[in-house]
Amino acid sequence: MEGGGGIAGNGIGRGYLAERGWRSWAFTLDHKRIGAMYLWTTTVFFLIGGVFALLLRLELLSPQAKYFSNHTYNVFFTLHGAMMIFLFIIPAIPSGLGNFLIPLHIGARDVAFPRLNLASYWVFAAGFLVIIGSLVAPMDTGWTFYTPYSAKSAAAVTTLSFGIFLIGMSSILTGLNFIVTIHKLRAPGMTWHRLPLFIWGMYATSIIQVIATPVVGVTFLLLAAERVLGVGFFDPSKGGDPVLFQHFFWFYSHPVVYVMILPAMGIVSEVIPVFSRKPIFGYSAIAYSSLAIAFIGFLVWGHHMFTSGMSPLANAIFSFLTFFVAVPTAVKVFNWIATLYKGSITFESPMLYALTFIFLFIVGGLTGPFLGALATNVQLHDTYFVVAHFHYTMMGGTVMGLFAGLHYWFPKMTGKMLNEKVARAAWALIFLGFNVTFFTMFVAGTRGMPRRYAEYLPKFHTENVISSIGSAVLAAGILVMCWNFVQGLRKGASAPANPWRALSLEWRTASPPETENFEEIPVVTEWPYGYGTRKA
Amino acid sequence: MSGHSGGHADRAASFEAAKLGVWTFLATEVLLFGALFTAYTVYRIQYPEMFRAEHLKLDRVLGAGNTVVLITSSLLVVLGVDAIKRGMTRRFEAFFGATILLGAVFLCVKYVEYAAKFHHGIYPRTNLFFSIYFTLTGLHGIHVLLGMGVLSYVIVLSRRGRLSAEYHTPAEMSGLYWHFVDLVWIYLFPLLYLVG
Amino acid sequence: MGSVFSFGAASGQAGRVDALFVLIAAIGGFFFLLTQGMLIYFAVKYRRRLPGRDNETPAITGSRLLETLWILVPSIVVVVIFYYGWRVYTDQRIPAAGETEVHVTGRQWMYEVKYPDGRTAANEIRVPAGKPVKFLLTAADVLHGFYLPDFRVKMDMIPGRVTVLRVQPERPGRYPIYCTVYCGTGHSNMLGELVVMPPREYAEWVEHGGREERGREPLAVRGERIMKRAGCLNCHAVEGKEKIGPNLRGLYGSKVPLEGGKSATADEEYLRESITDPGARIVKGYPNVMPTFRTSMPPEDVEAVVEYLKTLK
Repeated sequence: MEGGGGIAGNGIGRGYLAERGWRSWAFTLDHKRIGAMYLWTTTVFFLIGGVFALLLRLELLSPQAKYFSNHTYNVFFTLHGAMMIFLFIIPAIPSGLGNFLIPLHIGARDVAFPRLNLASYWVFAAGFLVIIGSLVAPMDTGWTFYTPYSAKSAAAVTTLSFGIFLIGMSSILTGLNFIVTIHKLRAPGMTWHRLPLFIWGMYATSIIQVIATPVVGVTFLLLAAERVLGVGFFDPSKGGDPVLFQHFFWFYSHPVVYVMILPAMGIVSEVIPVFSRKPIFGYSAIAYSSLAIAFIGFLVWGHHMFTSGMSPLANAIFSFLTFFVAVPTAVKVFNWIATLYKGSITFESPMLYALTFIFLFIVGGLTGPFLGALATNVQLHDTYFVVAHFHYTMMGGTVMGLFAGLHYWFPKMTGKMLNEKVARAAWALIFLGFNVTFFTMFVAGTRGMPRRYAEYLPKFHTENVISSIGSAVLAAGILVMCWNFVQGLRKGASAPANPWRALSLEWRTASPPETENFEEIPVVTEWPYGYGTRKA
Repeated sequence: MSGHSGGHADRAASFEAAKLGVWTFLATEVLLFGALFTAYTVYRIQYPEMFRAEHLKLDRVLGAGNTVVLITSSLLVVLGVDAIKRGMTRRFEAFFGATILLGAVFLCVKYVEYAAKFHHGIYPRTNLFFSIYFTLTGLHGIHVLLGMGVLSYVIVLSRRGRLSAEYHTPAEMSGLYWHFVDLVWIYLFPLLYLVG
Repeated sequence: MGSVFSFGAASGQAGRVDALFVLIAAIGGFFFLLTQGMLIYFAVKYRRRLPGRDNETPAITGSRLLETLWILVPSIVVVVIFYYGWRVYTDQRIPAAGETEVHVTGRQWMYEVKYPDGRTAANEIRVPAGKPVKFLLTAADVLHGFYLPDFRVKMDMIPGRVTVLRVQPERPGRYPIYCTVYCGTGHSNMLGELVVMPPREYAEWVEHGGREERGREPLAVRGERIMKRAGCLNCHAVEGKEKIGPNLRGLYGSKVPLEGGKSATADEEYLRESITDPGARIVKGYPNVMPTFRTSMPPEDVEAVVEYLKTLK
C-alpha cells in the first residue's frame, strides 16, 4: 500500500544530497539545501534556547536564589526568549521547511531569486554570529528590550541590536523571495485555488515579514543610536517617550506571532487530510482566513500595552480589534475538525503532532480572551498567565506544527523513514511534559505571580515545582525525538516516493528529490486534496 | 542558460519576477522610513515650538540645492534606462555614471552640512529635532551610498556586455530603487527644512 | 472566591473583575468541551478499522452554512466579552469624590511613597478602608510596575510621566505590591505592601503617625513657596485681573480650550506638562511665551507646585 504513484526509485544517488563537500553547501543555490541548512541551524538554537529554559526551571524549584544569582537568572530568561524567537521560531518553518517545499508545492524548480536566497542564509548567519558575539556582555533586558532600561544597560545591547537587524534583513529577503515565487513561478494549471494550503499560509506569512520587519529594524537602529549617539527618542530626560519604543517594538512583534503560527497552521492543513483520507473541509475559508489573520494582526499591537498609560480610548480600540483576530483563527480550527468527520483516520507521528497542535492551540487560543478583555488584562498582564498563554500558542502551536512537518516530510527530505514506535514514545513524553510544565503557569499567573521573577514568594512554590518537573519530562521527550531523527538519518529504512499516499506535488518526486525537482514541470489539473473514496 | 536560472521559463517572466521583487523591496523601505517619519510626527506634534525654532538652523539653500541634484539625477536615470532600451550602451553608461556623480555631490553637500552643524556644537544628541534630522538624513544618505554602489555594479555589467535592448532588467530595477531614494528626499526636505 | 485558583477579592471592583474572569472561563470552557470533545470523538470514532484498508470516506469539501455559523457565533461571543471587559475597566477609572491621594515613585528597587501632607515612606502605603484611593505613579529611572493582585489592577510607572491607578479597598489587611515591568537585577525583590486600615485606626495614624518621616511640610505648602520663588506669579495671577497667562484659581479639573480647536482637561498630567513643556499645548487666545522649567525645577518640585495648584479651588 505504501509507496504510491510518482517517479520510480527512491533516492538513487540520493538526489539533491548527492554532491558532497562543504562548498556544495556553502555556495548552493538549491532551495532544498538552503532549507536544510536553516533547519539544522534553527534546531541548534532551539536546543540551546531549551537548555536556558531548563536552567530557568531548575532555579525556579526554589523560591529564593539557589544555583545562580538573580542577575544570571535574568540573563538566562533574556537569552531564552531572544534565541527562541529570533533564531528559532521565526525562521524555522518559513526559511526551513518553506524553502524546501514552496517550489515543490507549486511545481517550480527553485525560488524566484536563488542567489538572494543564499544571501538570506548568510545574512542570517552573520546575524547570529553577531548575536553570539554580544554574549560577552550578555543582557538581562528581556527579549522585549524596553527603554529606558535597555538604553542605559551596560550590556552589549548595541551589538545585539545590530545582530537582530541582520536577522530581520534575512527575514525580509526570504519573505520577498517567497512572494515573488508564489506569484510568478506556479506551474501551468496551478491556479491560486489549487495551491496547497501550506502555500497560502506561507504567502500570508511572507507579506507580514515584508511589511512588519522593517519597523523592528528601525526600532533596534534607534535603540543603538540612543546608546551610541545619545539621541533621545525614548529618553524622558531629553523629551523622549519610553512608551514610543513599545509602540514601535510591538508594531512588529505582534504581527510576527502570526509569522510564527501561519506556516504551522499550513502544515496542519496539509497533514490532516492525508491521514484522514478526506478532502480538507473549507479550503477557501482556510485560505482566506490566513490573509485575514495577517491583516487584522497589524491592527492590534496595543494589546501588549494596556497598562502602559495609553488612553482608555486607544485601549478600547485595540481590545475590540484584538478579539476579531480570534474569528479567522477559530474558523481554521472548526474546519480542521470537520475534516476528521467520517474520515479514515490513522495516527502516524505526523498526524499525532497535527492533532496535538489543534488540541494545544485551542487551549492557548481560549486563554487569549482573558488577555484581550481590558479588565482581566489589567489583572493578568506581566504575570505567568501570559507566559502560559504564549507557550501554549507558540510551543503547543508552532513547535508542534514544526514537529508534525518534520515527521511528515522527513522521508521526502532525507530518503529515509523514521522509527514510528520511538516517534510515538517521544510524542507521549512531549505531550505530557508540555502540559504539566505550562498549565500550572496559568494557575500561578491567576494567583498573581509576576513574570521575569528570579525569586518569588513561598505561596507560589507548589506550582513552580510541578512546572519544573514537567519541564524535565518535556526535555526528555525532545531528546528522544532528536535521537530518533539522528537514528533515522543514519539507519532509517529507505523511503518510497510517497509513503503517506499524499496528493501534493512534492510527493511526485523521488525521496529525496533530484536537484531540479521535476524531470518535467507538471501540468496541474486538480487541487491537491482529492482524497475521499466516494462522492459526499 | 544555467541550470539554476531561478526556475524562470523565459526572459519576460524573469523580468516580471524582478519587477515584483523590487517593488516588494521598495514596500519594505517605505515601512523602514515610515517608522522614522512616525517618530518625526509624534515629536513634532509634541514639541511644535522647538521644531520651529530648531529647523531654522538648517541651511535651506544647501537643502534646496540637494533637492535639485537628486531630481536631476533621477532624470538622468530615466534617460539612461531609455538609452539601454534602445541598445545604446555607451550612452546608458554615461547617464548612469553622471547619476552616480550627482549622488556623490549630494553626499558631499550633506557632509558640508553635517560638518557645519558639528562645528557649531550641534549633534544628534543635542535635542529631539536634531536627533530626528540626523537619523533621517543619515539613513537616507546610507541609501544614497548603497544606490551608488548598485548603479556602479550595473555599469560594470554593461561594460561586460551583459546588457542590451533585449535584456536590461538590472538597469530598470536599479533605476526604480534610485527613484525611490529620490522620493524619500522629496518628503524629507520640506518636512525638515521648510515646514515651520 | 477563595479557591486554589484565585484569592479573595479585596474590593468591589476586584470582585467584578473576578466575575468577568469566570464569565470568560465559562465561555471558554464551553468552547473547549465542544471543540476538544469533537476532536477526540471524531478521531476515535472515525479511526481506520481495518489495517491496510481505508474506511469509505465521503468527498465532502465544505459547507457554506457551517462557515457562516462559525464566523457569526464567535464574532458575537467576542463582542460580548469585549463589552464586559471594557465596562469593568472603564468603571475602574471613574474618579470619585473624597479620594485619598498617594504619590508613588518607582525607583531601582523600591517604592518611594509620598502623602499630600508631606509624610514620606518606603515600600509601605497606608490607606483607609472603604474610601477611594488615587495613586499617582511615576518612576525615577526606568520603567517599573505597580501591581496589586488582590485588587486585580496594575499600572506601569513611567519616568517623565504620571500615570493614575484607582482602587477602593474594602477589606482591611496587608496586601502585596509587585513590580511587573522588568527593571533590573532587583526586579523580583521590589516588594511593597499596601496596608488597608479600618477608618478609626487610619485616622489615628494620620494624627500621630507611624514610622514615617515627620516634620516635612505638606506638598501643597511647599508648592506655593516654590511657585512664589520661581516667578510664576509674574505672569499668572491666582485670581482677579489676568496677567499674561491664564489665572490659576479653578484651573485644576477644568476644561481648557486649546489653540487649534481641541481642548484638554487640566489634570495632573496637563499641569505637569504645562510647567515642563509649556509649548506643547497652547491655551486658546494666549501667546506662546511661557518658558520651560524642565531643567530648572526638579520633578519633585514640579509635583509640589501641581499639588498647590490643586488647592486653588
